[in-house]
Amino acid sequence: MRDFYGTELSNGLMLGTAQYPSPAVLADAFKRSGASVATVSLRRESGQDRAGQDFWQLIRDLGVHVLPNTAGCHSVKEAVSTAHMAREVFATKWIKLEVIGEEDTLQPDVFGLVEAARILTEDGFQVFPYTTEDLVVADKLLQAGCEVLMPWGAPIGSGLGLNNIFGLRAMRAHFPDVPLVIDAGLGLPSQAAAAMELGFDAILLNTAVAKAGDPALMAQAFATAISAGQMAHAADPMEPRDMAAPSTPVIGKAFLE
Amino acid sequence: MNEIIIIGAGVAGLCVARNLMDRGAKVTVVDRFEGAGPHACSWWAGGMLAPFCEGESAEEPVVRLGQEAADWWAAKTQAVERCGSLVVSPTRDRADLARFARRTRGHREVTVDEITAMEPDLGTRFAKGLFFEDEAHLAPRTALARLREGLASDGAAFIQEDANPDIYAQHGLTIDCRGYQAKRQINDLRGVKGEMLVLSCPEVTLSRPVRMLHPRVPLYIVPRGDGVFMLGATMVEGRAGKHVTARALLELLSAAYALNPAFGEAEVLEIGVDSRPAFADNLPRIRRDGNLIRVNGLYRHGFLLAPAVGRMVADLIFDNKRPEVMDETAT
Repeated sequence: MRDFYGTELSNGLMLGTAQYPSPAVLADAFKRSGASVATVSLRRESGQDRAGQDFWQLIRDLGVHVLPNTAGCHSVKEAVSTAHMAREVFATKWIKLEVIGEEDTLQPDVFGLVEAARILTEDGFQVFPYTTEDLVVADKLLQAGCEVLMPWGAPIGSGLGLNNIFGLRAMRAHFPDVPLVIDAGLGLPSQAAAAMELGFDAILLNTAVAKAGDPALMAQAFATAISAGQMAHAADPMEPRDMAAPSTPVIGKAFLE
Repeated sequence: MNEIIIIGAGVAGLCVARNLMDRGAKVTVVDRFEGAGPHACSWWAGGMLAPFCEGESAEEPVVRLGQEAADWWAAKTQAVERCGSLVVSPTRDRADLARFARRTRGHREVTVDEITAMEPDLGTRFAKGLFFEDEAHLAPRTALARLREGLASDGAAFIQEDANPDIYAQHGLTIDCRGYQAKRQINDLRGVKGEMLVLSCPEVTLSRPVRMLHPRVPLYIVPRGDGVFMLGATMVEGRAGKHVTARALLELLSAAYALNPAFGEAEVLEIGVDSRPAFADNLPRIRRDGNLIRVNGLYRHGFLLAPAVGRMVADLIFDNKRPEVMDETAT
């Protein structure tokens, strides 16, 4: 299994921590799914007030790896300063880097992303960039020092699944040694299983779990699907074909007429 | 029975006081400020008595216990308007309306014609909505002032002091209703930041609270009468601060503008921010340690749940009846 900056994860589910009905439900979702990474969004206005610290403490108490993110940042400067704050609050070098370029699709600004990734990597951060499936951008991110790539499945929060299977498959084939995480856009566990069957290393999601009627049950469903997809990929699935291929030989069957 | 001390004169403290006095207790209410004001969450409450709508994301006890609220407030303050509440969504977010309908009960679907008939100023902007007929709303500041007047005229004493409940409890039964101020003594309490606005827009008339669903910026707007509206509220985990952020203002105002462009001409009367006290499951807790009873964690449900929580505190004291929200795991 590919590792994430030297860290091996116990399962392929990275779970966001926003939008849950309550922190108790959030904690239950982590417990039921065994998710190995918690992403948490910071904003510059968070400050260091004690009231703000209460929620960070709940996240630390989950006992999983914390991956702070720069969600909602629209510029390189904003993303970089959020990353610095995250490093202070959570004492981790990991940062999920989001530089949003378009408000309606929350599509990443890939130019700003590459620039911010370079700045942060030089500063000692281990960057998890939220990107598209564009191979050229992916290559620039690797050159900027990223050792993990996180292409989107579909726009954040849309629940549409894997919008560009061809592009994602190409990405997997093009970067066989780079850990790849599908980040955003999934709505159903079957979509997560499909991504893992393509050979992706992990799934990052939030809304599909947090906004489900029973978030903990949905988290467990995703974890199960991820592990099924992972096993299927390891088991080397058969190739599809156009014609039927009988699973039982017909030669030698008795003629009854 | 001896005098009971209640510390905190927000919605929790005053509801506990009213319930205890109704059972014949002599009460003294202690608060660090004289009278209600922007230091308290209650000051910034929306005042929606909407247990069914809250069921979209809240636990079952909120829906059940919240149904006591409208009658209680009506009886004690005469400040309740019973016009139901309306939930709408922009056409592109119609999936959110379907989801809201699935997660809640006590509503019926209304068409654009019914919406226009109920709230002419929403026009034909919303093709479909949900009407929660049995819900109500009140003006929180009026309700609290009347509750306080009623208590005072029935003989309750009010003292201005930044009191330590532990010291008061050494001398007699004391109820700590300080909300987030009690954080130092209640370690598992957290603050959830809320941001809201009061607007004056005489051009617009609404008869009932309207919630507009949106994946990023859910908005509620509660009419206060005379063209005044309360707009809320962001719910932000892990963020605090004394001031409203520019982003929150931007989001609230653009949501209001989407509801009716006339809000673009509204005057901003007040900008509010508070820290709602909450436990991990966002449900209230009553904890008892000898002479000290701590009531906290009403989250965004102060006006909705305080009557039921107040009743439970009275049942605990007078009948030794264990409250449903009693928390014996903590000391």
